[in-house]
Amino acid sequence: MTGTANIRELITRNIRTSGIYLAFIAIIAVFAIWTDGKLLSPGNVTNLVLQYSYILILAIGMVMVIIAGHIDLSVGSVVAFTGAVSAVVVIRHDMPWWVGVLAALGVGSLIGAWQGFWVAFVGIPAFITTLSGMLLFRGLTWVTLDNISLSPFPAEYQNIANGFFNGVLGGNGYDVFTLVVFAIALLGYFYSTYRTRRSRIAYEQPVEAFPLFIVKLVVVSFVVMWFAWQLANARGLPFVLIILAALIIIYSLVTQRTVFGRHVYAIGGNLSAAMLSGVKVKWVNFGVMLNMGILASVAGVVFSSRMNSAQPSAGNMFELDAIAACFIGGAAVTGGVGRVTGAMVGGLIMAVMSNGMSLLGVDQSMVQIVKGLVLLLAVAFDVYNKRRAGAR
Amino acid sequence: MPKHILEMRKITKTFPGVKALSAVELSVIDGEIHGICGENGAGKSTLMKVLSGVYPHGTYEGDIVYDGEVQQFHSIPDSERQGIVIIHQELALIPYLSVAENIFLGNERRGKNGMIDWNLTNHEAAKLLEQVGLHENPLTPVNQLGVGKQQLIEIAKALSKDVRLLILDEPTAALNDDDSEHLLELLRSLKARGITSIMISHKLNEIEEICDRTTIIRDGHSIETIDIAEGGGNQDRIIRGMVGRDLTNRYPKREHVVGDEVFRVEDWTVYHPTQPGRVVVDNATFSVRKGEVIGIAGVMGAGRTELAMSIFGRSYGRDITGRTYLHGEEIRIRDVSEAISHGLAYATEDRKRYGLNLIEDVRRNISAAALFKLAKRGWVDGNKEIKVAEEYRASMNIKTPSVMQTVGNLSGGNQQKVVLSKWIYSDAEVLILDEPTRGIDVGAKYEIYTIINRLVAAGKAVIIISSELPELLGTCDRIYTLAFGVVTGELPVAEATQEKLMTLMTQEKASTTTMDKEARA
Repeated sequence: MTGTANIRELITRNIRTSGIYLAFIAIIAVFAIWTDGKLLSPGNVTNLVLQYSYILILAIGMVMVIIAGHIDLSVGSVVAFTGAVSAVVVIRHDMPWWVGVLAALGVGSLIGAWQGFWVAFVGIPAFITTLSGMLLFRGLTWVTLDNISLSPFPAEYQNIANGFFNGVLGGNGYDVFTLVVFAIALLGYFYSTYRTRRSRIAYEQPVEAFPLFIVKLVVVSFVVMWFAWQLANARGLPFVLIILAALIIIYSLVTQRTVFGRHVYAIGGNLSAAMLSGVKVKWVNFGVMLNMGILASVAGVVFSSRMNSAQPSAGNMFELDAIAACFIGGAAVTGGVGRVTGAMVGGLIMAVMSNGMSLLGVDQSMVQIVKGLVLLLAVAFDVYNKRRAGAR
Repeated sequence: MPKHILEMRKITKTFPGVKALSAVELSVIDGEIHGICGENGAGKSTLMKVLSGVYPHGTYEGDIVYDGEVQQFHSIPDSERQGIVIIHQELALIPYLSVAENIFLGNERRGKNGMIDWNLTNHEAAKLLEQVGLHENPLTPVNQLGVGKQQLIEIAKALSKDVRLLILDEPTAALNDDDSEHLLELLRSLKARGITSIMISHKLNEIEEICDRTTIIRDGHSIETIDIAEGGGNQDRIIRGMVGRDLTNRYPKREHVVGDEVFRVEDWTVYHPTQPGRVVVDNATFSVRKGEVIGIAGVMGAGRTELAMSIFGRSYGRDITGRTYLHGEEIRIRDVSEAISHGLAYATEDRKRYGLNLIEDVRRNISAAALFKLAKRGWVDGNKEIKVAEEYRASMNIKTPSVMQTVGNLSGGNQQKVVLSKWIYSDAEVLILDEPTRGIDVGAKYEIYTIINRLVAAGKAVIIISSELPELLGTCDRIYTLAFGVVTGELPVAEATQEKLMTLMTQEKASTTTMDKEARA
């Protein structure tokens, strides 16, 4: 009798934490079947990465903003503005490509500091500050570009979002280098999960049964290497994937392992308790907004590079995609909960759905409707879970 | 035989695990002012919530006989329809709405077409204001008025509902002397108009001044009903009734080894953060020595929490003046992280709102105030954190299946142990524990007292804020009493009795700061 209760508990607990991954797999499976496998073709997988990388970069910063209990509506405009600054520097003033990148990052930091100042030190709600920023930076984009689009970028700049490592170790119809990089990453993952497991056992913490652990590793290896194989069979390893992977690893560590990251969770979880525990709430909020500005400028560079131009209307509605990614990925509307990996999966769910539907030739208006409903259902699921937890 | 407007017969109310009221009897004569006295947590507010329908019929045992009939209130509107209106200690006015809008909120005066008739509303509001002696324009937003006037608006609101039995929970706790006097005068005039009142109050002189009779409640039992008019020694009798329980062996024994002074506060004055000119803590001075437990005794609203939080990194109040000394040297504490680095800790009375991140696990709550001890160059050592959490789980006997358990799922006593673990791990030298045993059961209380004994045995200095006098007498070496923001006394525990403390706690001592202000004015 207790046995069944335990199994039931195990299942419900796992659905709550890994429900998002199951949903992701289900969505991939459904669209793969509907598109006769086109969704998972090498060309399309590569395309997915290139096309949604900037949303995912934005979602990394956004999830931290949301964990701290804020929101940022300005990131779309910041993407446009930083891209415009970079284009003016590189295209109009003929500077080298990296000067454009640095200029964009510098402007992004200034914007982050500006919004952080108002949110953290003056105490204007982030919703208002960034709503203002959304208008402000869109306007500045138009001024910077004289309301026309600027193109083309030099080849080096274009490579940021459109370049690949291919044939570094020679090719046999597929790129060996891509496979090697992924294999090394996988070994690193094995090592770190093994170490975590070892130390958890050493500290007498619960771990999953050993066979389950092995099964998990095998499944992960299979998925990762399949993904690598698809990339290797298309154009090789995209540069932007390396940027994205580095950001995901860095920010996962920052949120989970640093004092700063832990303070972000503390503020979102219970602001008063965080204050009375000595957390410098103002500086943490400032840091979160500053970081969002910087990541938005990274997205600005990637997007302008991908488009090979800076456009007055660039980045329109990006903020909503980034916010939706965080909430679908399990971040709580009230703050204090959320993960970088969750936001990435949330973003990929949106990406696979949009991409899958456009492969099927579904009308763009329908895509919007479905995305809207998915967001609503994801948050409803979160609210429902929380109410059940609260009822206990 | 006088006519009773209200009889509450054998009222018993149980919450999961706690019997809040057991067979409480209360009878109120038509047209009298009836006082209710008791310590915090004695069950006064619970009794009034039963009466007003907050706890609906069926969730308690016993009968409410009102106007000669047994009543079954299912909600507040049910009791209000019968003319029973309760005014809570925390006023329930909407700050940005006008006086008139507040008076008729939920009871709007409508015209023929169903829309609000503003002329009628404002006209009637003006008449009601006249009755309570408040000379304000009914169109004034409520937040422009002081607490005393807001209290009168609450009464006007009650009058608009044709009140027959008015219940006031600590009506004068937040008022100054003039406003209090005015309010009491108003209650007398309402009495002359035949309105019966029930007044919960800690101010015994007020009870004696205005009430016809008073009922004493202690630990969920009604002790006795005193006829004030009979005269003579009422306050002493009330105090005896309020605190009269025996100190049994509920407090673990402790060796008293007191060393040098560790922490001292001098001339500490704090103003209310939003109400300009209101003094919350008035020239408080106290000190605590190594290995010593001191108590700060005061009723709710005496400024205890405000005193503690203002010291702890200026977390409360404005225009804070005064000095703090650590080991005889003056220290300036500008924010909480400085307070922590000076070795201060403050465990809040409201652990759910201010003490814990309820959606986070035990481990991370324990490390929350001292992450710097686990971190090297900003990186937290997660394994060490688990080890620390496990150590505290064992040493503090925190009952949880795992340190990864969400704190919100623990019982009150175990949550309190998590709070204490957090502050002990921060290496605090001076621990201010605000109501450390509020809302936890007797067994867990004993454990908390044992932990406090361990702390002082290890040379820490502990300050306990409590309104439970037996708790202070059972755990402290010295006790300060705080009344209306003023330190009214300091007693070694050997000389302290509950009666003496209660007298000091309810004493209104002339406030030095307000006197200064009047002199200047």
